[in-house]
Amino acid sequence: MYVAVKGGERAIDAAHDWLDRARRGPPDQPALDSAQIRDQLSIGTARVMAEGSLYDPDLAALAIKQARGDMIEAIFLIRAYRTTLPRFGASLPVDTAAMQVKRRISATFKDAPGGQILGPTFDYTHRLLDFRLMADGELPADPPALPEAAPDQVPHILSFLNRDGLIEDAPADDAAPPDLTREPLELPADRPLRLQALARGDEGFLLGLAYSTQRGYARNHAFVGELRIGTVAVEMDIPELGFSIDLGEVELTECETVNQFKGSKTEPAQFTRGYGLTFGQTERKAIAMALVDRALRWRELGEDDQGAPAQDQEFVLSHCDNIQATGFLEHIKLPHYVDFQAELELVRRLRAGTADAAKEAAE
Amino acid sequence: MTDQAYNFAYLDEDTKRMIRRAILKGLAVPGYQVPFASREMPMPYGWGTGGVQVTAATLRPDDVLKVLDQGADDTTNAVSIRKFFQRTASVATTESTGGATVIQTRHRIPETPLTEDQILVYQVPIPEPMRFLEPRETETRRIHALADYGLMQVRLYEDIARHGEIATSYAYPVEVAGRYVMDPSPIPKFDNPKMSDCPAIQLFGAGREQRIYAVPPYTQVVSLDFDDHPFVASKAEHECAICGSGDSYLDEVITDDAGGRMFVCSDTDYCARRAEGGAA
Amino acid sequence: MNELSGGFADPAIESAIAFRAILKVTARPGRVETLTGHSGPAPISSAAAAVLLVLVDRTTPLHLAGDHDNPALRQWIAFHCGAPVVAAEEAVFALGSWAALTPLDRFAIGTPEYPDRAATLIVDGHDFDAKPAELRGPGIKGKAKLALPERKAFIANRARFPLGWDTFFCGGDRLAALPRSTEVR
Repeated sequence: MYVAVKGGERAIDAAHDWLDRARRGPPDQPALDSAQIRDQLSIGTARVMAEGSLYDPDLAALAIKQARGDMIEAIFLIRAYRTTLPRFGASLPVDTAAMQVKRRISATFKDAPGGQILGPTFDYTHRLLDFRLMADGELPADPPALPEAAPDQVPHILSFLNRDGLIEDAPADDAAPPDLTREPLELPADRPLRLQALARGDEGFLLGLAYSTQRGYARNHAFVGELRIGTVAVEMDIPELGFSIDLGEVELTECETVNQFKGSKTEPAQFTRGYGLTFGQTERKAIAMALVDRALRWRELGEDDQGAPAQDQEFVLSHCDNIQATGFLEHIKLPHYVDFQAELELVRRLRAGTADAAKEAAE
Repeated sequence: MTDQAYNFAYLDEDTKRMIRRAILKGLAVPGYQVPFASREMPMPYGWGTGGVQVTAATLRPDDVLKVLDQGADDTTNAVSIRKFFQRTASVATTESTGGATVIQTRHRIPETPLTEDQILVYQVPIPEPMRFLEPRETETRRIHALADYGLMQVRLYEDIARHGEIATSYAYPVEVAGRYVMDPSPIPKFDNPKMSDCPAIQLFGAGREQRIYAVPPYTQVVSLDFDDHPFVASKAEHECAICGSGDSYLDEVITDDAGGRMFVCSDTDYCARRAEGGAA
Repeated sequence: MNELSGGFADPAIESAIAFRAILKVTARPGRVETLTGHSGPAPISSAAAAVLLVLVDRTTPLHLAGDHDNPALRQWIAFHCGAPVVAAEEAVFALGSWAALTPLDRFAIGTPEYPDRAATLIVDGHDFDAKPAELRGPGIKGKAKLALPERKAFIANRARFPLGWDTFFCGGDRLAALPRSTEVR
């Protein structure tokens, strides 16, 4: 006699035990310390903070450890934690012009006040596996000293263009932005909401979309006007005190692109802007975000809808979140016996109908 | 034992208030999808986060909760969701349809008729019945605003032209209270008639898609069809091999590698009760 | 007991219990439930106080009509709910006697795209013993009865379904609801 399969609960418990052991690896190896992940896999930690929308390097490192290095799983852990945190208020807008930069480059000007600072970049490394790292991972015996700290205020390169009216103005706006995590996404979305969604969007998805614009799917001729990475102070206004207090600092990557110009017979030609801002050292993401932001601005800049994926805000915003995407993608692993059975019955019935019809036709 | 690190039923009170307001508007406009600011839950989107949020905002401490998936209480995700509420809300749980006050379900409506004292919470993957005809939210919103459901009629009619019948076997679209076309979630169309004139409150949660909708008790829910091709709530033409039921929805089970198969009730609670009662 | 008392002592549990009463009356128009144990400054009833505590917060602008717009009640609402007090046109919730809430065309009825963006009226001081009207529609098996302050306004409200406001009736510890989907005869 057939007995329905039972034991789901025991199976889950056993799977979780196995998962714990697999995560730990062989016990004769030292366990990873989450501080090591935070400090030695810092770019991975930054991605988890950026897409997890929570600036906390320690928790991001813990999430990477717990997720066995599965970045999207780590981002998910951070998001699920973040959503339970009480809100005490909103910070003041961070002032990226006051960023303490560790990296600052411009592709549009050879030199500019503040200079070009390469910082800790892979850009000019030869991508050759360094087998010394496998052996001991120590620094060369006599490493050169780190450069002096950069000056406190490094002006934005695009502000030089703006001074001459060569690029569209981007005036400060005191309007409170909507909060994607507290209100359902409503379409069409304005730029603050779009930027918010892109800032937590999947790096790979945005990379692919940004790349598609470069290959002609809504090309917008982007130059990296400036890319800067560094720390900024986070401040919050305390109405009871009558002044703002310093909450600490966060590391950010900011990318401003200079894009193809607009203009007409009556309006002088002007470059346009794309913008990317992300937590941590996440420059691929910030550049991709700026390109996609610019592509999504086609309507306000009076450009044509070319039908390109990167121009379609409903497509981009509905699909850029990797936690939504992975959940729905992976849910097809769950049992679907019932709907599959319904389909099975239907296909059998339709096939039987076709067979009958063929028989009649033959007779 | 409640996990003290979290609020009753996990969600914070602000979030529950927001969800509760959406549920009430959903009941006031039956079948209309109310947008809500779905939260990131500690389980993946697509795995019942909408249903879990609706259940969390609905539960009282004295509730008796039943969770089923594919008709069974012991499917892994049903086990996982039940454990979540045992841990965060300390509610009693049951596998008995009749003994539950709140039932969260994925893909089935229990065979045992529901009562006025029950709330049925559906997990919904894609709440928009028009989504596969029109992927754009901006457009489907207009369709619902104008009750301009011609596109759906055309699709159903094309099915008949091609296959001789409406080739939709689950998530079969319904019209609620004479106004909104609604996705009943991926239940087999066999279950559709149970939604209509049902004594229980039916609530639907779609977490990833950020929508909540509802069917109040004793509300007319009509499966879309044509006069010359009426809706049929079909199932496998067999009887359950365990309890002998001839009118419950059946799962097909492959028993060997030579084409052997058998049919058993999808609703395990219903089947076990019948088998114990000697109904077979 | 002071002017700020009467809120939830255990918000998660008490609001869960009170919400189920609110859910029940909304899902079953005509049904009357009791909500005890909550209170606010006069003239708010304990049922209306419970509805505010369960549903109203910083994100839901509230209109106070007539005698319900008084300093003590404003203070109580600011403390327990934090809802901004606004004009009728901007209100997500409105609280007052039936007479004070009129004219009703001031309240949001939603839009064809978003019919949920409609006001919820909390009619306080409701006389549950007034002449009952006959109700039909979703949530009702056959027909139901409920005392209403008038019928005309509800018939007109139903006529524009799916647009329209939704109503709670509160009096003492008693609560009932009339969502816009209900036909009044």
